[in-house]
Amino acid sequence: MNLSTTGEMLAQRDAFGDALIELIDRDPRVYVLDGDLANSTKADKVSRERPDRFLEMGIAEQNMMGVAAGMATCGLVPWLSSFACFIVNRDLDQLRVVVAQPNLPVKLCGAYSGLLTGKTGKTHQEVADISVMRAMPNMTVLAPADAVEVRACMLAANDRPGPVYVRMTRDPEPVIFPADYEFELGRALVVREGTDITLISTGAQTPRCLAAADELASEGISALVLHVPTLKPLDADAIVAAAAQTGCVVTAEDHTIVGGLGGAVAEVLGERRPTPMQRVGIRDVFGESAPNEDLLQKYGLTPGHVAQAARALLS
Amino acid sequence: MSLTRERHAELKHYAIQLRRLVVESVHHAGAGHLGGPMSAAELFVALYFAELNIDPDRPRDPDRDRFILSKGHSSIGLYAALALRGYLPIEELATFDAIDSRLQGHPDMSVLPGLDMSTGSLGQGLSPGLGMALAARLKGQDFRTWVMIGDGDSQEGQIWEAAFVAARYGLDNLTAILDWNGLQQYGWATEKGYGVLDRLAAQENPLTRWRAFGWNAIETDGHDFPAIFSAFAAAKSHRGQPTIIVARTVKGKGISYMENDFNWHSKPVTDQDLKQAQDELAAQEAAL
Repeated sequence: MNLSTTGEMLAQRDAFGDALIELIDRDPRVYVLDGDLANSTKADKVSRERPDRFLEMGIAEQNMMGVAAGMATCGLVPWLSSFACFIVNRDLDQLRVVVAQPNLPVKLCGAYSGLLTGKTGKTHQEVADISVMRAMPNMTVLAPADAVEVRACMLAANDRPGPVYVRMTRDPEPVIFPADYEFELGRALVVREGTDITLISTGAQTPRCLAAADELASEGISALVLHVPTLKPLDADAIVAAAAQTGCVVTAEDHTIVGGLGGAVAEVLGERRPTPMQRVGIRDVFGESAPNEDLLQKYGLTPGHVAQAARALLS
Repeated sequence: MSLTRERHAELKHYAIQLRRLVVESVHHAGAGHLGGPMSAAELFVALYFAELNIDPDRPRDPDRDRFILSKGHSSIGLYAALALRGYLPIEELATFDAIDSRLQGHPDMSVLPGLDMSTGSLGQGLSPGLGMALAARLKGQDFRTWVMIGDGDSQEGQIWEAAFVAARYGLDNLTAILDWNGLQQYGWATEKGYGVLDRLAAQENPLTRWRAFGWNAIETDGHDFPAIFSAFAAAKSHRGQPTIIVARTVKGKGISYMENDFNWHSKPVTDQDLKQAQDELAAQEAAL
């Protein structure tokens, strides 16, 4: 398919709140557990509209993870509402021992992932969640590109038997998928056809890669954009096929280049089809609090940075 | 629950058998935890042979009572109770800690039916128990959830996160049992110095602490069946709050050379140790 931004701007977190209501109405097993952040993650919509399905757990993430595990053994499907930085770090041992090891259906909302967290700075910016979560056996790891895909990912996550982590962003971002978009868990998809270079991206970096492809097209460079919403299980065949089609690859993510999408793609291509590549992402540093555009610029995540990496690789 | 003389002797018999199976299994495996399973032996027997509404043939029955061993390193004690109760063949205890065994060093619910939660990283058992108690309430089920914690286990902050939230939800279908044996792997020095042979209990009065967190707290003798059952009955009849049963126990109970010695938290059992333990337990059995 050949997608462009639709011009509409929507926040992934708003889609999260809406999709929780939809899940609750279609599935009696679904409950939302909140770590006192519902009015940030937008799970507060559930507390207002479906209060009997909302359980406040307070500022105690380790306990919240364990409570979710216990509920899951009793046939319920708990959805956790917290920030990615806490879900991935504060209760990682609880996630490992009582959720991932017994492979229980606990669904994790990693809200406010990446650098763009509303000027909260490095304590609240989670830029290693893909690396950490994909190293956890039994985990499924998703990173939707826009608000439409958030909903689709959540429906798929809810039906999946084991634990699922859904990486989401805070602020309004361009929408790229049509309303009737059908998500298939475990599949990467070409969102822009191209022949000269492959841009592989995940999460909200995919709309930025489409902009980078536009920029490259104006220079006569045809860029294929492969969107990878499922980081685990990874669609290795699609990555190899796209690399084979163009002969060189740029990866792009609002995430550290250590062990994230770039690392995962390098692992696949290194074993199956060694290909010249560049990783665009956060270069093994912590972030800081600043306006979004300044962060994208300083940490090298703009469409211009992706286009520049492509040019450098092609020259 | 009033105990007949025969029933009381029967339960004591199971506790002695449980201790024997623990020592023999750890001897066979070459390593394992002993002090904790010994201090909890009567509690395991009281739960699995009297209190819990369970059926070994239907380990996944949605209406069964739940039990979580938060002090997961006492796994061999739980395995021995499950074996005596018919969840697994007694002979399977010989596979404890061996490759491909269902009897992992710490309880793994993904391989052994009869385990309601995986545990082992300390402080983590009470929260899933809270989740189960909450699920029972949400789904309108009558089962009760029991969680055994240790005093070392309770040094983890997560126990107190769970304590606060369980009280906040008023979960009177949740009972915690503190196996208050006063010792842990290494523990706390005495006021006099740092001698390794003389370690102190960390908590002088757990009841005060639990009451401050909004729990109903009951103290009992953790080696005396009538006292244990009376605490269980009090826990079950209490409304509006979760209950903790603070069970005074002796680490290593039942084997003279293990009692109150923190070194027997985890230690290989020599042939000579085994023989002495078997002799002491046989004498206890003969005295019933």
